[in-house]
Amino acid sequence: MSGYTDEQLAQISNELRERVLQMIAKAGSGHPGGSLSAADIMTYLFYEVLRLDPQHPKWPDRDRFILAKGHAAPILYAILAKRGFFPEAWLDTLRQLGSPLQGHPSMKDTPGVEASTGSLGQGLSFGVGVALAGKLDQKDYRVYVLLGDGEVQEGQVWEAAMAAAKFRLDNLTAILDYNGVQSDGKVPDVMPLEPLADKWRAFGWAVWEIDGHNFADIRRAVTEARGVRGQPAMIVAHTVKGKGVSFMEHRAEWHGKAPSAAELATALTELHAHRQPAGDAGASGKGREGDDQQ
Amino acid sequence: MILQARYQWGKTQKATRDAYGEALVALGRTNPDVVVLDADLSKSTKTALFAAEFPERFFNAGIAEQDMMGIAAGLAASGKIPFPSTFAVFAAGRAYDQIRNSICYPNLNVKIGASHAGLTVGEDGASHQMLEDIALMRVLPNMTVVVPADATEAAKAVPALAARPGPAYLRLGRPAVPVLFDDDYPFEVGRAALLREGRDVAILACGVMVASALQAAEELAAAGIEAAVLNVSTIKPIDQEAVTWAARTFGALVTAEEHSVIGGLGSAVAEVVAETVPVPVVRVGVRDVFGQSGKPAELLAHYGLTPAAISQACRDVIARRDARH
Ligand SMILES: Cc1ncc(C[n+]2csc(CCOP(=O)(O)OP(=O)(O)O)c2C)c(N)n1
Ligand SMILES: [Mg+2]
Repeated sequence: MSGYTDEQLAQISNELRERVLQMIAKAGSGHPGGSLSAADIMTYLFYEVLRLDPQHPKWPDRDRFILAKGHAAPILYAILAKRGFFPEAWLDTLRQLGSPLQGHPSMKDTPGVEASTGSLGQGLSFGVGVALAGKLDQKDYRVYVLLGDGEVQEGQVWEAAMAAAKFRLDNLTAILDYNGVQSDGKVPDVMPLEPLADKWRAFGWAVWEIDGHNFADIRRAVTEARGVRGQPAMIVAHTVKGKGVSFMEHRAEWHGKAPSAAELATALTELHAHRQPAGDAGASGKGREGDDQQ
Repeated sequence: MILQARYQWGKTQKATRDAYGEALVALGRTNPDVVVLDADLSKSTKTALFAAEFPERFFNAGIAEQDMMGIAAGLAASGKIPFPSTFAVFAAGRAYDQIRNSICYPNLNVKIGASHAGLTVGEDGASHQMLEDIALMRVLPNMTVVVPADATEAAKAVPALAARPGPAYLRLGRPAVPVLFDDDYPFEVGRAALLREGRDVAILACGVMVASALQAAEELAAAGIEAAVLNVSTIKPIDQEAVTWAARTFGALVTAEEHSVIGGLGSAVAEVVAETVPVPVVRVGVRDVFGQSGKPAELLAHYGLTPAAISQACRDVIARRDARH
C-alpha cells in the first residue's frame, strides 16, 4: 500500500473515532476514553505498518497486533472493519447477544483479533510467546502490543518485560498508551508509574518517548524500532484520554461509559469539525519513507 | 463398553513427574512443535531433561508463572504445543486468571504439567500442597484434566494430551509411587479403566489413591466384600458411561483422591450420579482443611487417605444402600 499523508491519517483516525462513539452509544456501554487515545497510533499501524491480508486473517506470515488493553475493543473493531476484515454492519452489533464483536476482544470470534484480552496485564506475555514462535520458525513477522498505562501496574507486565529482553525479541514492539488516566482517576494518584521510560530502559528495552497524536513522531519511532537488533522496543506514547472530544478529554469519568444521544451528537459535531475539508482519506496519498510492507 | 486394564504389585516405584520429564523428551524427538516452559523449577518438574536435549525449544520464564502461561498461550496461537510446567499450586493457583483468559477462553493448545500436587509434597507443608487444583481446572470450559495413577500412565498421557486439541492440565506427584501398569496399559483420555471386578461396591479413584483403592479392595475381599476398582484418571471430561455403569451395577460408590472432597473427583462423580443413577456416594479426600508438614505417608494417614479409610467408606456406603431397601 502506498503511504498516506499525515492529514489523511488524521482524517481516517477521526472517522474511526466517530464510529467508535456511535458503536458505544448504540451498545449502551463500553470504554470511549481509551479507544480515542489509541486511535492515532492504531490508525498509523493498521494503515502504514502492519503486513496483513484481510481476506486471509490467519496468514502465517502476517504481522500481529495485540490489543493488551482489551477494553479499547471498539477502536480495534472499527479499524478491522474499515480494513476489510469483516462487514462494517457488524459494528452495530457490538456487545449484543450472539455478536461476533464481544465486549472485549475474542480471537475465536472475530477475524483479525490476535489475542483474547480484557483481563489487563496478559497481552504482553502473549505477545512474547508469539514473538518467540516467530524466532523459532524463522519468520520475519513483527509483533505489536498496545498497553494501557494503568495496565502496566500489573506485575505480569514486568514479568513479560524481563522475558522479552532475556529472549532478545527484536521482533516485538510494545506501545504504551500513556494517557495518564485509568478507571478510578489520574494514574499518579492511583499508582504512580514515573520514571516510566527509565523503567523500561532498565528492563532492557530500547525506548522512545513520543507524542502519540503526532503522526511524524509515531512514524519515526515505529520505523526506528523496526531497526533495533537484539532487544525489544517500547514506544511510550503520550496521549490524551478521550482525544478529540472536548468534554471527554483527560476525564476518568469517560473511561467506561456510553454517551447519551445528545452527548453523541455534540461529540460527532466536534470530531467532524476536525476533519479536513478536502478529499477522500481512503485514497492513496503520497509516498512515504521506509519499507512498505502492505 | 467399559475399558478394562490389568495391574500388578511388586514392580518398581517411580514418580509421575519423572515419567513426565522422560515422556517430554520422547515426544520432543518425534514432534518438533513441542516446546517446554518452566518457572525456575525444571529440576523438580523434570523438564530439565527436555532442556538438556532441546535447549532451543525450552524457555525458562523465571519465577513468573503468570507470564509463563501467557507466553505459552502466544506460542500455542502460533502453532506450537507448549508444556508450561511448575508446581500445581503455582500453576493452577498463581496463574488461574491467565489459564482462564489467555488459554481456556480462546481454547489454545497449551498442556500444563503440574507437579508436586497434593499432600505427598510432604515436608514443604500447606503452602505447597495443592488440594484444590482439580476443582479449579475442572470448572474451566475447554479444559481437560488428567490425574495419572502411576508413572506408566503419566508417560502415556503426555503424547495423548499433545495429540488432543485444546488446553489440558496434567496433575503429577513428587514422590516415587508404585508402578501398577505395564506398557500395554490402554490409556485413553476421557476413559476410566476397570482394574478389578467386584460385586458389592465400586471404588472410583485417581492418582496415588488408585493403589490405595486396590489395597482396600484386597482387604475387603478377605472380609467377603468384593469391591470393583476403577481408575478414573481423566476427571474432565468425566467418563459418564463408566460412572453410570458403576452406579447401576453396584448401587454404592466410593471415590478416593488426594485432593479436597470439594470440587474434585468425588464431586465430579456425585454430579453424574445425582443426575442419572442416584445412588449413595461416599467421598474419601481431604475434608476442607489445609495440609501441614510431614512425611507423605504420615500425611496421607493423618488426613484419612488410606486403604483403611477407603475400606471403611465402602462399608458405610454399602450400609446406606442396604438401608434404603
Ligand atoms: C486484571 C484487570 N483488572 C481490572 C480491570 C478493570 N479495568 C478495565 S479498564 C481499567 C483501567 C485501565 O486503565 P488504562 O490501562 O490506563 O487504560 P486506558 O486509559 O487506555 O483506557 C480497569 C481497572 C480489568 N479489565 N482487568
Ligand atoms: Mg490510561
